[in-house]
Amino acid sequence: MEDKEITQEIISVSSAPHIRGEDSTQRIMFSVVIALIPALLGSVYFFGTRALWLTFLAVITAVATEWVIQKLRKVEVTVSDGSAIVTGILLAFNLPGGVPWWLPVIGSFFAIAIGKQAFGGLGFNPMNPALLGRAFLLASWPVHMTTGWTAPLYGTKSGISTVTEATPLAALKDAIKYLNVEDKAQQSAETIAAIKGSYGNLLWGKVGGCIGETSVIFILIGALYLLYKGYINYRIPLSYIGTVALFTWIFGGVEGYFSGDPVFHVLAGGLILGAFFMATDMVTSPSSIKGQWVFGIGCGVITVIIRLVGGYPEGVSYSILLMNLTTPLLDRYLKHKPFGS
Amino acid sequence: MLTALKRSFKGGVHPPENKKYTESKAIEEIPLPEKVIIPLQQHIGKPSKAIVEKGAEVKAGDPISEAGGFVSVPCHASISGTVKSIEPHIHPLGEKIPSVIIESNGEDQISDNITFNSDYMSLSGEEMKNLIYGAGIAGMGGATFPTHVKLSPPPEKKINTVILNGAECEPYLTSDHRLMLENTEEIIEGFRIIMKILDVKRGIIGIENNKPDSIKKMEDISAKFPEISVVSLNVKYPQGAEKQLIYALTKRKVPAGKLPMEVGCIVQNVGTAKAVYDAVAYKRPLIDRIVTVAGCVTYQKNLKVRIGTPLQHLIDYCGGFEGSPKKIIMGGPMMGLALHSLDTPVIKGTSGILMLRDDQVSAVKTTACLNCGKCVEICPMNLMPNIIAGFAKYERWDDAKDAFALDCIECGCCSYICPAKITLVQNIKYAKFKIMEDSK
Ligand code: SF4
Ligand code: SF4
Repeated sequence: MEDKEITQEIISVSSAPHIRGEDSTQRIMFSVVIALIPALLGSVYFFGTRALWLTFLAVITAVATEWVIQKLRKVEVTVSDGSAIVTGILLAFNLPGGVPWWLPVIGSFFAIAIGKQAFGGLGFNPMNPALLGRAFLLASWPVHMTTGWTAPLYGTKSGISTVTEATPLAALKDAIKYLNVEDKAQQSAETIAAIKGSYGNLLWGKVGGCIGETSVIFILIGALYLLYKGYINYRIPLSYIGTVALFTWIFGGVEGYFSGDPVFHVLAGGLILGAFFMATDMVTSPSSIKGQWVFGIGCGVITVIIRLVGGYPEGVSYSILLMNLTTPLLDRYLKHKPFGS
Repeated sequence: MLTALKRSFKGGVHPPENKKYTESKAIEEIPLPEKVIIPLQQHIGKPSKAIVEKGAEVKAGDPISEAGGFVSVPCHASISGTVKSIEPHIHPLGEKIPSVIIESNGEDQISDNITFNSDYMSLSGEEMKNLIYGAGIAGMGGATFPTHVKLSPPPEKKINTVILNGAECEPYLTSDHRLMLENTEEIIEGFRIIMKILDVKRGIIGIENNKPDSIKKMEDISAKFPEISVVSLNVKYPQGAEKQLIYALTKRKVPAGKLPMEVGCIVQNVGTAKAVYDAVAYKRPLIDRIVTVAGCVTYQKNLKVRIGTPLQHLIDYCGGFEGSPKKIIMGGPMMGLALHSLDTPVIKGTSGILMLRDDQVSAVKTTACLNCGKCVEICPMNLMPNIIAGFAKYERWDDAKDAFALDCIECGCCSYICPAKITLVQNIKYAKFKIMEDSK
């Protein structure tokens, strides 16, 4: 009997299941990187090689920061899991094209050092690091962050035929604001009438904005890939975009309820990028199925409030950051009922 | 016939099936081992009590222990020979438990009790049940719940559907598949006996559609019994779990924390049905079963093995190891038990022995939970494994209980799917154990 007793070194008696699926953290993160490549190519096409340069700086800084901090903390270095690369790309994607080169560097550093490593690294960060980095930049260098817009190489900043000097959402916001101001009323009315003509530009990406957010088509190509791979699911994007569409339609117009332009609101700004690539960030969005619906709707409501009522033309980043904070509660209280109850 | 309908349940995973290695291997009878080790507990419930002593001469099929209570079954000698000792011996669960060790006399004499009764269908339900009890049958799909107990629902529970489980959803295993092909008549007869005992007029046989030959054969043979239907199921793990199978076949949801009889169903495994037939028609106790031997052995096979045969004997018969196994698993790779001794015996619930190499089992590095929700999405019981395991990590047993840890069926899907490779089901099992302990 003794001779047949196999020693622990040779065989493993760890418990079931004895086989595991192929997905790993690394595989997921690199799939997200791949999914962001179409949007990156789009940003280079519309904003030139500067977009590539800014993205490169952000990624390098993110990876280097993670490496250094993990070395200093004397913990395992996990830069090979790809999550810092994702953070770097998303941070750059959320910057205007005209910012100085050191802005993505500082933003990425903040995102990784404060937004992620200070909490203990991947899996422990309560908020999306890239968005936190962006919020930090917006608070610290508001001029760069709000006026650094560059026009796309093949179009105007607004994409709206009557306006050239503002991003689409800002153009609309101004138009609504000045609708009753004598000398601007006519022009504002023309702008509002012209926004329907901008759909094509918005879809394609021929408008000003953050370098990675403008091209709906390119972003969606990447999003479809992630949906197909099962690394994101439809619940948050659908509920988020659906909520924005519904409420901007109801409240977003100038001729009373149900006169808004939901299509414009969905296509303009950072909603598509945010809904598919940032609100869906696994770590900071709920794992509860009900929680995911609530999260998406919450993001939508806050985005609409900021866009229609708040001081900024765009509210995607802040809405996601705010909802990130509710994630632990949503997971805890929107419990699942077991099958059969 | 309902085969055209595509059916399944909610959640679940699709591990690589890996059935190709053995699904075409006809069942071979393995030569008798020199000795068998028969643990007195091979079932859920009270252990059985030995009724033989050291030195006793036994024939295959002679009882060697009696049931230790209602939820218990007797055990039988599986070969003829001499009782060498009754001593604690390594059991698949990893502990040593009292076992009867019989040395073969090489003659394979069969117990005189085993006789054919061609008129078995006219026995009363009660007589049939006694034969099943006496034959020591416990669920052969792996759960090993005493079959006579399952066939004795309390009178207030009206059973109207009996389900025969031919799903065999675990990867690698093909023993039920081969049995359905090669012993179809016996299985159908056993199923009819079970239906008669329960006085039920509706029998459904659920088989995953990766076994089209079994489905066809089972359909052909059962065609003359209109009360029996064969249903083809979409391949998905854990289709063979009782609640999931019942849902896939009848759309009935067994209430959380309750047994299938709550919705008028009773589920039996195809191997159990065959054993029931043997017991009722032949008075033949459960002394052998079909075992898939797969993985890194020279010849992968389906074997008919006497209960109590040590693993080593199976491996030798299959030509020995090819390469070195990293894990030896009794059962399937999703729920099976990892073994550490080749002296471990085959027991009534052993559907397969897998010898998996390093590259076939994943020894993987665990990272922090990403909160990705994958485990939540696929949990067939609709639980939140990440949350329960999180509570377990901080020993918050009450919270784990509130998160419905006790409803976990331990299928392992969550651990399988987790990209962070967290040992979810292991942690949840531990939480369940702690919760049960606390409630005592
Ligand atoms: S929690 Fe339990 S029932 Fe759910 S997938 Fe994990 S092991 Fe299966
Ligand atoms: S699958 Fe793993 S990483 Fe994802 S939520 Fe569940 S436990 Fe966390």
